[in-house]
Amino acid sequence: MKGEIYRVAGPVVTIMGIKPKMYDVVHIGHEGLMGEVIRIQRDKATVQVYEDTSGIKPGEPVVNTGKSLSVELGPGLLESIYDGIQRPLKVLQEKMGDFIDRGVTANGLDREKVWEFKPVVLIGDFVKGGAVIGTVQETMNIEHKIMVPPTVSGTVEEIKSGKFKVDETVCVLTDGTEISMMQKWPVRMPRPVEKKFIPNRPLITGQRILDGLFPVAKGGTAAIPGPFGSGKTVTQQQLAKWSDTDIVVYIGCGERGNEMADVLNEFPELQDPQTGRPLMERTVLIANTSNMPVAAREASVYTGITIAEYYRDMGYDVSLMADSSSRWAEAMREISSRLEEMPGEEGYPAYLSARLSEFYERAGLVKSLAGEEGSITVIGAVSPPGGDFSEPVTQNTLRIVKVFWALDAKLAQRRHFPSIDWLTSYSLYTKGLSGWFAENVAPDWVPLRDHAMELLQQESELQEIVQLVGSDALPEDQQLILEICRMLREYFLQQNAFHPVDTYCPFDKQYKLLKAISKYSDMAQASLEAGIPMKDILSIESKDELAKVKFEEDFEGALNVVMEKMDKEFAALGGN
Amino acid sequence: MTKEYKTIIEISGPLMFIEKTEPVGYGELVHINLPDGTTKRGQVLDTSADVVAVQVFEGTGGLNEESGVVFSGETIKLAVSKDMLGRILSGSGEPLDGGPRIIPEDRLDVNGSSMNPYSRMPPEDFIQTGISTIDGTNTLVRGQKLPIFSGSGLPHNEIALQIARQAKVPGSEEPFAVVFAAMGITNEEAQYFMQDFEKTGALERAVVFLNLADDPAVERIITPRMALTAAEYLAYEHDMHVLVILTDITNYCEALRQMGAAREEVPGRRGYPGYMYTDLASLYERAGVIKGRKGSVTQFSILTMPGDDITHPIPDLSGYITEGQIVVSRELHMKGIYPPINVLPSLSRLMNSGIGEGKTRDDHKAVSDQMYAGYAEGRDLRGLVAIVGKEALSDRDQRILEFADLFESRFVRQGRDEDRSIEETLTIGWEILSELPEALLTRIDNKYIDKYHPAHKSN
Ligand SMILES: Nc1ncnc2c1ncn2[C@@H]1O[C@H](COP(=O)(O)OP(=O)(O)OP(=O)(O)O)[C@@H](O)[C@H]1O
Ligand SMILES: [Mg+2]
Repeated sequence: MKGEIYRVAGPVVTIMGIKPKMYDVVHIGHEGLMGEVIRIQRDKATVQVYEDTSGIKPGEPVVNTGKSLSVELGPGLLESIYDGIQRPLKVLQEKMGDFIDRGVTANGLDREKVWEFKPVVLIGDFVKGGAVIGTVQETMNIEHKIMVPPTVSGTVEEIKSGKFKVDETVCVLTDGTEISMMQKWPVRMPRPVEKKFIPNRPLITGQRILDGLFPVAKGGTAAIPGPFGSGKTVTQQQLAKWSDTDIVVYIGCGERGNEMADVLNEFPELQDPQTGRPLMERTVLIANTSNMPVAAREASVYTGITIAEYYRDMGYDVSLMADSSSRWAEAMREISSRLEEMPGEEGYPAYLSARLSEFYERAGLVKSLAGEEGSITVIGAVSPPGGDFSEPVTQNTLRIVKVFWALDAKLAQRRHFPSIDWLTSYSLYTKGLSGWFAENVAPDWVPLRDHAMELLQQESELQEIVQLVGSDALPEDQQLILEICRMLREYFLQQNAFHPVDTYCPFDKQYKLLKAISKYSDMAQASLEAGIPMKDILSIESKDELAKVKFEEDFEGALNVVMEKMDKEFAALGGN
Repeated sequence: MTKEYKTIIEISGPLMFIEKTEPVGYGELVHINLPDGTTKRGQVLDTSADVVAVQVFEGTGGLNEESGVVFSGETIKLAVSKDMLGRILSGSGEPLDGGPRIIPEDRLDVNGSSMNPYSRMPPEDFIQTGISTIDGTNTLVRGQKLPIFSGSGLPHNEIALQIARQAKVPGSEEPFAVVFAAMGITNEEAQYFMQDFEKTGALERAVVFLNLADDPAVERIITPRMALTAAEYLAYEHDMHVLVILTDITNYCEALRQMGAAREEVPGRRGYPGYMYTDLASLYERAGVIKGRKGSVTQFSILTMPGDDITHPIPDLSGYITEGQIVVSRELHMKGIYPPINVLPSLSRLMNSGIGEGKTRDDHKAVSDQMYAGYAEGRDLRGLVAIVGKEALSDRDQRILEFADLFESRFVRQGRDEDRSIEETLTIGWEILSELPEALLTRIDNKYIDKYHPAHKSN
């Protein structure tokens, strides 16, 4: 059925003459720009268009596909970079050059590439929705499981083996249903799972302040709000690089083109610390930068999470980073205001909160339809205007997520990185994960960490006094606390993402560093009680040398040297 | 498509509404013929089978129902040519210098198209500006967008000009050009730029677009787009390295707000349109380097923060898009320090890719980090000294306090024509850092201390 354009106002186009369903994908105008129906009103419908509408005129034709916005799922997703509606940017470049033109369609998955399909079911097997029928080695480390689409089930009548393209049939059910290695799924609908569990294992990130103080669980949700330049992107990229996760889906949602270029440049060169393989082999990138159409930005988040769910269904641990969820919310606001909807707080649509929670709800640790345990950890950056956390996107997000990494402009200004404020951040998983830490890191890890946190709390109180009277006026034991806290901040919490060694800190190293600071603390305390002057305790050289061991290639060696020296220096002071 | 309509049904603020037209394209350029024989131009904002809304660039003054409206059938285009270099054009691209019209090699849509992120080459070529607070601690690289956040009455123009004069990629002789776009600045300010360009011979390799304070505000919305279109053309078609200076972004945003109000849109924060982030991004993101092409577009725009408030929507949204910011401080300016750049809130996000061994020097990052840490702490201590007096400070703290002073007087302060090489900048850095006890240099790897610390280097 053909209709025509009635009105064009930026990315919002009104059409008439056809009767689409909500969320149907339509093609607009002579160039066939892609759009999605977002409102139906009598004989007209409103469409958000994923491409620039300049020059488009009323009266131009409109074609309804009758389908809702979907992504293609199958081998070949990994190592790809897509725009918000899953058009591969590489293909767009081949078709249109270095600048993105419009009216060009491109399949999410390469139709020409041939994959080796190995079946795991036999003729006569009954397969239900989500069941695995075969595998494809997608990258060196990722075995891609070919699953029956969740809505299909039946008895296998024919199953093939060998080399196929993604859209070729590899399995036929007795009712005639043909199954290929590719399936499509509407992005706005969560993929079904068998069961959800409470997350119980940490996502190990190699970032001391995250793993140590505010851990996120695999299958959990975290938000990183912070003003511009405070480290949201760097933190997200660090997580994408070093987390012990199988798959990373990284969504650049309304942010900078150069940042995506950076990831594209760097990830093929960097090694996954778990597998030693290039990081790109486990990564899917979605780049809908700030200057790309807002409607596609709105869709990008859904495209990303649907791809994440697909790998989760295979039984993988997936991490999804959305940088920045605020730009997504703003895209909603922009469209909503063009629709002249009743604005809610700060002009955001009234459904902002619902959309945010629906999105984060797609995270989780699950048993998939295939019976596999998989997880999606969602980490969203939030960009509050003026760095003010009381604004609607931050507040609505905090109501949902379990981990809050609060970035602080003051810390960033003094180049304390990651500039995560240890006093206001929190993780609701800390308790639940304690058992895991005790078992897998060290029995005394939890008390060590809790003690460090307590000291840091005390420091902030002491600092208030110092502001009034100066630090020399404090009693000696309190001066010592200040010094220990300085060590905790500078030696432990600060971590330079751009230092070749410090960028990733294995858990064992985190433990030893904290333990070393605690050892100095204990010996200093004992010396103080034995009447050794504070000045001498502070001028222990090995204490200052401890500052740099985290940068050493041979961390263990360097640490041992420093700690032996520390023993000697304290022994020389007497008291210990 | 040269049909003239006399069917204006409403004129309000910068907008006019026309009915009974043939289908008109969204974003189309519109010519308006006034009864007195003058002409104006506008752009289609909303188009339907019933009515078309047009924003009029030169303002709607003098317009009435008698005026004729012609839809051009195409979006706004700029005639581009290599001969634009040396020319002064109006905010909408018409010659202002009495010279001939530009004979176009091409006509390009001023909105450009978004660069495919896959085609981008991460910027990494160090640009030496000769200013220590930029080169040393907030390094600019080719293809970066790094604005100056300033305040009214501060010497941001001097700084911008000093950069335009001194900027170079050490060891490179590649062709470069300046595209300068004035948006709503005063005639006097514009003269200041033009005279400097003329004096230094920079005008020959510059394209200037002028929309001054008394020019229509609506025109300001296309001026930067014209400038960026010219810049992209010179960079990507003529292999030039183009430095774009847009001034003042604040005036641009005011024009956006005015347009939004005229369109009766639901305003966002402090009355600015909700889409201002996206709109600004459509300007700022037009900087970069493309794989396989020689040229580049670097943006160094000027933005005056209303009330010196960095959380005001204009600097705030800009900061969220640009790759850092150089913050000019009133406090340092009052102290008589030029250039009064406060490095603490300043940032260059692309610094890490532009510095280090083979680019600037291996110790660059460490020196910069250490100076930041010292200066930040020193400034905090100043606050404390004001309350408890200097005597209450520990020895360590007193040394840090002194470092902060040295940092301002030796590192930040420099002459208006002083063009420091990166080596000189780093040497000054080490000189002032060596005034601190070595144990405090926790941000610097020992190998650099051995190699560059004045106390070690000499023996
Ligand atoms: N862990 C870190 N180690 C070293 N430097 C860091 C770290 N985190 C952030 N930085 C520094 O801070 C700068 C800004 O960080 P980033 O780009 O992540 O900010 P952001 O919060 O994403 O800002 P925006 O909202 O504008 O995108 C980086 O360019 C880098 O110089
Ligand atoms: Mg960011």
